Amino acid sequence: MFTALSRIIKYGFLGFWRNGWLSTATIVVMILALLVFEGLIIANVVTQTALNSLQDKIDISVYFKGEASEDEILKIKSSLEAMTEVKKADYISKDKALEIFRSRHKEDETISAALEELSENPLAASLNIKAYDPQNYQAINTYLEQDIYKSSIEKISYAKNATVINRLIKIIDTFKNLGFLSTIIFASIAVLITFNTIRLAIYSNREEIGIMRLVGASNFFVRGPYIVEGLIYGIISGLLSFLFIVPFVYYTSHYVEIFIPEMNLWNYIVSNSIILPGYQIIFGISLGIISSSIAIRRYLHI
Amino acid sequence: MITFQNVSKIYKINHHTSNALEDVSFTINAKEFVSIVGKSGAGKSTIIELLTGEEKPDKGKVTIGSYEVNKVKSSKLPYLRRHLGVIFQDFRLLPNKTAFENVAFTLEVAGRPQAEIKEFVPQALEMVGLSNKMYNFPRELSGGEKQRVAIARAMINHPDVLIADEPTGNLDPVNTAEIIKILLKINELGTTIILATHNKDIVNELKKRVIILEDGKIIGDEERGKYSLT
Repeated sequence: MFTALSRIIKYGFLGFWRNGWLSTATIVVMILALLVFEGLIIANVVTQTALNSLQDKIDISVYFKGEASEDEILKIKSSLEAMTEVKKADYISKDKALEIFRSRHKEDETISAALEELSENPLAASLNIKAYDPQNYQAINTYLEQDIYKSSIEKISYAKNATVINRLIKIIDTFKNLGFLSTIIFASIAVLITFNTIRLAIYSNREEIGIMRLVGASNFFVRGPYIVEGLIYGIISGLLSFLFIVPFVYYTSHYVEIFIPEMNLWNYIVSNSIILPGYQIIFGISLGIISSSIAIRRYLHI
Repeated sequence: MITFQNVSKIYKINHHTSNALEDVSFTINAKEFVSIVGKSGAGKSTIIELLTGEEKPDKGKVTIGSYEVNKVKSSKLPYLRRHLGVIFQDFRLLPNKTAFENVAFTLEVAGRPQAEIKEFVPQALEMVGLSNKMYNFPRELSGGEKQRVAIARAMINHPDVLIADEPTGNLDPVNTAEIIKILLKINELGTTIILATHNKDIVNELKKRVIILEDGKIIGDEERGKYSLT
């Protein structure tokens, strides 16, 4: 078994080397396919970050009446936090609200002066609520509109923002679906092109496969070297395609950051510098091995 | 011993059927040298393909030693083929392997140790007069040289039977004579030889058993036969 395996590996490497042009052409096609694959990963990360940052900007605020006590508000806060839909609920007390208001308008002397004139804090205490999914705001809003809370709640910002929230939900959903669809389409194209290239490479070897069978080679021995070749294609194209994408990301990272400040593409590549080429290589190897195994099957009947 | 018992083979091409072999029966004993002759399309190649298991008969039974060829599963065919040596008109060498590697391949697939390969392959290539071209690729060899590599490859396993399908079809008279000489020598060493050919001169000079085929039927089987087709 060990002898057979070492011979198969030897012939895999020999075949790869001696079919130089065919190997190069196959690798070039696989690199292109893997670049598409990598492009899809990066595009998904960018879109996801953009959508998350957009989603993060959506929230609703509940303003409480002056007579509502802090205890009451904190009780509502904890009951909200107990809901599965709620990501977090931040309590902003009257004093805190004033502080924020002051610091936001510290440049504006008229407002500062006006505040000094007032004897008491005119701002309401509030809860700022963020949901896991923007679609949950409707449910949270309904929860807060219950009769028991009516006495303490002044207003809920949802009503005012409902249209914008709903529109954002639609936009986010559309982008997610589009991303998913385009990932499937482009990944399928890449897989089919690679499969076809490997199939052609094996087609050009079909006579050799027949000869090997005629001189007594078992299917395992015939198939083995082609699978080793597929493995080599996968490793080389996986590594090279990652190396090609590095300078591209280095130069475009800055531009992406202008549009999506939360997204530092370069840092993403650097912090994933093992996982990403790892994915590429695994994807390349599986593509190479599966394509070779399928393509060779029909020539093993002799 | 090789036997064909009432073997028929029909090919279907585009709704047309053609009888490649019709009720063919014969026996070939160990160490015999048998020529199978006939015009193109007479059924010579079909007999070879039935022997190597590339094709299965529609009727009848083909046996080689203890193997009933038509019942051998595709996955077990390699083991049968390791008892056979086959040479073809178009040589069928592996183009990306050197002469040495082509011959060694037969031993490698049979799982023979490296030391044996290093010892036997040069010997086999020397026997066919190619020790100086061991590391050449087939594209660097002449037709006669390629066929000699093919013979070395077929013989390296010490097969019980050597099957030669028009081995001289692509060769000039000098190389043809050389190849036949090598086949005779192999036969003297105890290997059964089955030679399919339509070369009249070879058959007449051999003075060995001849099976004559016409339109898929045996029309003659003579112990010291001649090529008697018109």
